[in-house]
Amino acid sequence: MSTHQELIDRSNLLRSRIIETSSLSGTPHLGSCLSCLDLLVALYFDELKIDPSNPHDPLRDRFILSKGHGVPALFQVLAMRGFYPESWLKDYGKDGGIFAEHPPTPDHLAGIEAATGSLGHGLPIGLGMALAGRIQKQNYNVYTVLGDGECNEGTVWEAAMLAAAQKVSNLCVFVDFNKWQATGRSEEVMALNSLSGKWQAFGWNALEIDGHNYEQILSALNTFRLENTRPTAIIAHTVKGKGVSFMQDDNNWHYRIPTAEEVKMAKLELGVPL
Amino acid sequence: MRNAFADEVAKLAQADSRVVLLSGDIGNKLFDPVKLVDESRFYNCGIAEGNMMGVAAGMALSGLRPIVYTITPFTTTRCFEQIRVDVCYHKAPVIIVGTGSGLSYAELGPTHHSLEDIAILRSLPGMRVVAPCDANELRSVMREALNDNAPTYIRIGKKGETKIFPEPPELKIGKCTIVKQGKDIALICSGTLMGEVVEAAKNLDEIGISAEVVSMHSVKPLDEDYLLSAQSRFKLIASIEEHGLIGGLGGAIAEWRSRGNHGIKHVMLGTPDEFMHEVGTQEYARHKYGLTRKNIIERIQQALS
Repeated sequence: MSTHQELIDRSNLLRSRIIETSSLSGTPHLGSCLSCLDLLVALYFDELKIDPSNPHDPLRDRFILSKGHGVPALFQVLAMRGFYPESWLKDYGKDGGIFAEHPPTPDHLAGIEAATGSLGHGLPIGLGMALAGRIQKQNYNVYTVLGDGECNEGTVWEAAMLAAAQKVSNLCVFVDFNKWQATGRSEEVMALNSLSGKWQAFGWNALEIDGHNYEQILSALNTFRLENTRPTAIIAHTVKGKGVSFMQDDNNWHYRIPTAEEVKMAKLELGVPL
Repeated sequence: MRNAFADEVAKLAQADSRVVLLSGDIGNKLFDPVKLVDESRFYNCGIAEGNMMGVAAGMALSGLRPIVYTITPFTTTRCFEQIRVDVCYHKAPVIIVGTGSGLSYAELGPTHHSLEDIAILRSLPGMRVVAPCDANELRSVMREALNDNAPTYIRIGKKGETKIFPEPPELKIGKCTIVKQGKDIALICSGTLMGEVVEAAKNLDEIGISAEVVSMHSVKPLDEDYLLSAQSRFKLIASIEEHGLIGGLGGAIAEWRSRGNHGIKHVMLGTPDEFMHEVGTQEYARHKYGLTRKNIIERIQQALS
């Protein structure tokens, strides 16, 4: 159990690492990484029952980053959590390496549960894992983070209906609701409103929280653990590019790569030593 | 074949606690015996095949051995990306079963035909593609598929297929089954056209052409050892399948010939590059595309002359 301040300190450090790695390796999707980071930190440093030294433990909780393009954030979190040495990330983006724009398969990197990247796949796979836990009488939970743009995909709603029909209560979805997708406002590209209303209508226990507020994230997770008849969807209101003033809510940072000077400015804002 | 499939799944589920059946809203009552094993072993996933395939992959990655079942176009091309990414990329040991393959559902129109499925699924790294010829061969294929930890696509018919094997034959995926030995030519069939092929072989024998009949149930991996031996033993081989001429068994054999510079004469029988716009039964459709014993004999005679 970490204090909220410890989680905030971790997230600042991780944000600076993600930004610096993007600059050095030319990896995009910075805005998407920064919007979901606090959810990942809360999960990996407070919630998930996992043992990095035994990453294939059948009884472990599973986490799938369904919005696979946010994996630069997950790679940093997994390293900090001890799944592999942080030094491995020095090879980020290099030819022949493993760290790139989307997750590799679980066989190729400890801590990864599914090779997402094509949107709309993570939730069905997670639902299969949750059902497998129930069938095999294993008491684990499955968590996944979806993008709001990802909710355009039909398979998200196919999975939502099956999960509700099967009363899969060991499945928790976060929607990283940063209000943007690649080329526009997510509420304008597709009729997303009301996102929590949709999940509720699909039979889920739907909550809305500030996805950068650890008290609210952990409280929502507590609600999930107490739910035993429905799957839980936590609509996390987030800000794309969160934590850096010149990136926040600016969709150019879906693809833009920061310069060395911008990395310095970001570190200063995050209170991380240069 | 459908009934044999359902019966065999129930048996496998009884014997192996990892076996789970996922159906895309078909065959509900057919699977009552599976539900009797344990209610948690059968899932009607609704008319949502993309999700069903992803769920199966998630189950397979968590220690189960899911079998996914629905009508062939919907368990193959409909959810192709989930098969490619969730199943094959992850090497998830999912068994995908397509029912009513080829022209079994001729009357239902091209939305329900599957004459491209072998070609498409064969292209996926790690995917095994198997088309058993009758109910008993299907049972053996299912048992074998479960023995290996690899994605497998099994392409089956509907009902009323000619019985070829009196009981489930011993077989290995990747090794063909000899149905009848012969000396002059080999008729190599994948799938449920085998009844026609066996009859064609009898008629060929009567006119002095000794035909070996082979069930090449496994289109991938292809039994190249058999093909090599066939090359030295026969004047020609014929591939016969209720599938398009592009990329099916015939295509796989043509690739083998080209890769190895094998010179054996090869006659390809399959369906042409078109959708069937007329209404008709499977028998009508087979006649239309020359997938009959009569046409098999004629094509062999032409090729030998």
